[in-house]
Amino acid sequence: MDFNENEVEGPEEEISYSKKDFMSDQTIRWCPGCGDYSILSQTQTVMSTLGIAKENYAVISGIGCSSRFPYYMNTYGFHTIHGRAPAFATAAKCVNEELSTWVITGDGDSLSIGGNHLAHVLRRNVDLQILLFNNRIYGLTKGQYSPTSEVGKLTKSSPMGSLDRPFMPLKFALGAGATFLARSVDVYAKPLRATLTEAEAHKGTSLVEIYQNCNIFNDLAFDDVVNRKVKEERVLFLEHGKAMTFGAADAPKGLRLNGTKMEVIELGDEFSEEDCLVHDRENSLLASILVQLDYPDFPVPMGVIYQVACETYNEVFNAQIDAATEKRGKGTLKDLVYSGQTWTVE
Amino acid sequence: MQKEVVNAESVTICFAGDSGDGMQLTGTQFTNTSALAGNDLASFPDFPAEIRAPAGTRAGVSGFQLQFSAVDIFTPGDEADVLVAMNPAALVASMIKLKKGGTIIVNTDKFGERDLAKADLEENPLEDGTVEGYEVIEVPLGTLVKSSVEGLGLSAKEVDRCKNFFALGMAYWMYERDSTFTKNWIEGKFKSPYKEANLKALDAGHAYAETVEVFQRSYEVPAAELEPGTYRNISGTAGLAMGLTAGATLAERRLFYGTYPITPASDTLHALARYKNYDVTTFQAEDEIAAVCSAIGAAWAGAIGVTGTSGPGLALKGEGIGLAVMIELPLIVIDVQRGGPSTGLPTKTEQSDLTMAYYGRNGEAPMAIISASTPADCFDVGVEAVRIALEHMTPIMILTDGYIANGSEPWKLPDVDALKPISNRIVTENNNPDGGFLPYTRDPETLARPWAIPGTPGLEHRVGGLEKQDLTGNVSYDPANHENMCKVREEKIKRIANHIPEQEVYGSEDGVLVLAWGSTYGAVRQAVIQANNAGKKVGHAHVRYLNPFPKNLEELCRRYDKILIPEMNLGQLSRRIRSEFFIDAVELHKLQGQPFKVSEIANAIDALL
Repeated sequence: MDFNENEVEGPEEEISYSKKDFMSDQTIRWCPGCGDYSILSQTQTVMSTLGIAKENYAVISGIGCSSRFPYYMNTYGFHTIHGRAPAFATAAKCVNEELSTWVITGDGDSLSIGGNHLAHVLRRNVDLQILLFNNRIYGLTKGQYSPTSEVGKLTKSSPMGSLDRPFMPLKFALGAGATFLARSVDVYAKPLRATLTEAEAHKGTSLVEIYQNCNIFNDLAFDDVVNRKVKEERVLFLEHGKAMTFGAADAPKGLRLNGTKMEVIELGDEFSEEDCLVHDRENSLLASILVQLDYPDFPVPMGVIYQVACETYNEVFNAQIDAATEKRGKGTLKDLVYSGQTWTVE
Repeated sequence: MQKEVVNAESVTICFAGDSGDGMQLTGTQFTNTSALAGNDLASFPDFPAEIRAPAGTRAGVSGFQLQFSAVDIFTPGDEADVLVAMNPAALVASMIKLKKGGTIIVNTDKFGERDLAKADLEENPLEDGTVEGYEVIEVPLGTLVKSSVEGLGLSAKEVDRCKNFFALGMAYWMYERDSTFTKNWIEGKFKSPYKEANLKALDAGHAYAETVEVFQRSYEVPAAELEPGTYRNISGTAGLAMGLTAGATLAERRLFYGTYPITPASDTLHALARYKNYDVTTFQAEDEIAAVCSAIGAAWAGAIGVTGTSGPGLALKGEGIGLAVMIELPLIVIDVQRGGPSTGLPTKTEQSDLTMAYYGRNGEAPMAIISASTPADCFDVGVEAVRIALEHMTPIMILTDGYIANGSEPWKLPDVDALKPISNRIVTENNNPDGGFLPYTRDPETLARPWAIPGTPGLEHRVGGLEKQDLTGNVSYDPANHENMCKVREEKIKRIANHIPEQEVYGSEDGVLVLAWGSTYGAVRQAVIQANNAGKKVGHAHVRYLNPFPKNLEELCRRYDKILIPEMNLGQLSRRIRSEFFIDAVELHKLQGQPFKVSEIANAIDALL
């Protein structure tokens, strides 16, 4: 399967942008040290390389620190209302399919108030990218726990520890019918850029969960996994067609499916790479396992976890309009008003 | 025996039966047939919220009232002349609609003990004096229908479903109606043997009424003197869908209807869903909020964004509409009002969302408001809403209600060539010689901002719900800027008054003014005509533009000694008139899920004279 099915019809001229072309003139107001700066930077770089005319980018956000993103992008941008960005974006894409549409959201915006809209945009498979900045906290409202915070989290709104079990964003999304799932990390610049590029190329809703560090209200939430001292052991970089291995070069590990149980195996005398699972993006059963894997029991999968080809909503939406127009001809005012049973009074 | 043919100026007929009896179908057929016969008419379907409440119960009674006439009429009739009742529940529930001494046609096959029990009746209303003083025509409908469709191999249940055509046939004889329209409709709609069965039942009903002595006379209601032109019968739902589609065609923009099914607005979606070849797109969103957000997203991308709902849905859309007010894009919000508050009376009419239209958003968030007064008026209101939304770059609310959405009347088709094209504020050039595009510059007269559609090179900019700096649209918390922006948004709505017609008044220029809005039009107009005919000085001003008001409305109101404001709410327009103009008015409230009767308005007028 060719994963890059998007036929980008470029204009006659060669489009050549620099990252600077995508920077707006607004002073960035995120806290110093916020992971959002890095995500912004990689996104600007990626957009400058895709060969898409700048006026065809649509950056649509909800509410939250994540959602201030559009103001810092020199593209058409829309800062909407809490949790509802997917609904705005769905319609925008249906009205103008030329728009490369990016939804910027956070864990609270997309999985608390926005859970319903997230589920439906995934189900519909609208051709757009959703960048979900997961920092496991509510940053903008200053530190309440979020739907991805761990049980027992101590915050201002949960002084005795939070009670609700968290969502795992990609697991939720797979259940909702996602056709593209990926995970990355705010400061993993190169892998993040690669993932964003793949997300844009995918025809359908591409959900990218980005581990983002909120250094003010939930600092180092993912440090046990993503810190460069430990990531080798705790992150599994997935590559389609390659065995699922990780760990130090002199002490490699892998993932094995033993019956119906997932196991981390040490490669050496007993096990080799042949015993490991080979990543297959199109395998939904495999995806359903991968989206559940988490530290400390397993390495956290990163990169493109799942990708299948599927009709996009915007495409079939407009195809119906075309089909109706072809069948009945473009409607005229006369046809409209004179439809139904009429009679004439002389 | 030669039966008498009575000439009647107007007749009001009411069909009542179970939700599954086909009363809406019967009523609609009779309506369309009468329209084609040239009568002026107004219809009023009246049915419960449940899909099919238990047969024979009062909860399940579905009614259809129609007034048809040889003269100009405005309402479906204060009282029916004839009630066709298919069972005891329908009879007792609908007697109140029938005039004293009126005619009742009953299906006696459904008046057994079990049927009476289902209707919560201890005694048979046909025997206990309930129908004393009325002309009762007893018809064993079930039995007659069965014999009329014998031999066609239908099951008992299927036979039962033909009885509404039998009833229709009888009614057609009674009112000298031509069956051709219904016969053609049956031919097109049904397969054999149902087609033949329905046709037989229709003919049998007609023949029965013609033959049996108990039907003593028929009535002739001649065609009304309508203005020359081409007509069709139209419901408010159809009118509004057509009007919006016409508006989109005149504006040469795609229309995007984002909505969620809700009674009584769902039919608007069904109607618009059929106009795909007019570049009218419909989107059944996952909920009411997604519906309004999708409409706004569509407007952001360059379409005419429209969303439609009823009261409960409008309550949900408040935040979304507020965003549209802040970003100043063309959004049309339709509220087909129903009984509230909360879930209220889903299939019953009311006009109690006006206050929510004026004030239902956080902050100072004004929007234009327009309302339709009759089914046919919905067409003009649809076109006008598109015009205002595009020319003034603002959200606008269309208020209609269940009564005019479901009711119908004859509509003289407009001359389509005379419909004016609708302009817009789309820009393709950068308006800032010194740098980036300025999305919040304004037209000096209307204060509308330019519409730079995504995909247009060089005009990249961001919009959002945070307060924005004038001109640049950048996020701004500056104190003076915020106050200025609130005032500008308010002023922009006010200036729409420069682009709408002045308020007209019908009838007397002084004396008592009846000031009304929405679907009360018919009853008010009829009452005011009657009053003037009796030499009373009464005027009728029916307000279409509720925000802003027409420029002359205040001055017009001040000309009268007394003002009567009848509303199907507890005084929402009255409160606005009072707060804006410092004018006092006498209020008449009706919150019964039923339109005003002409007599109710007439009595209120008399009380003021």
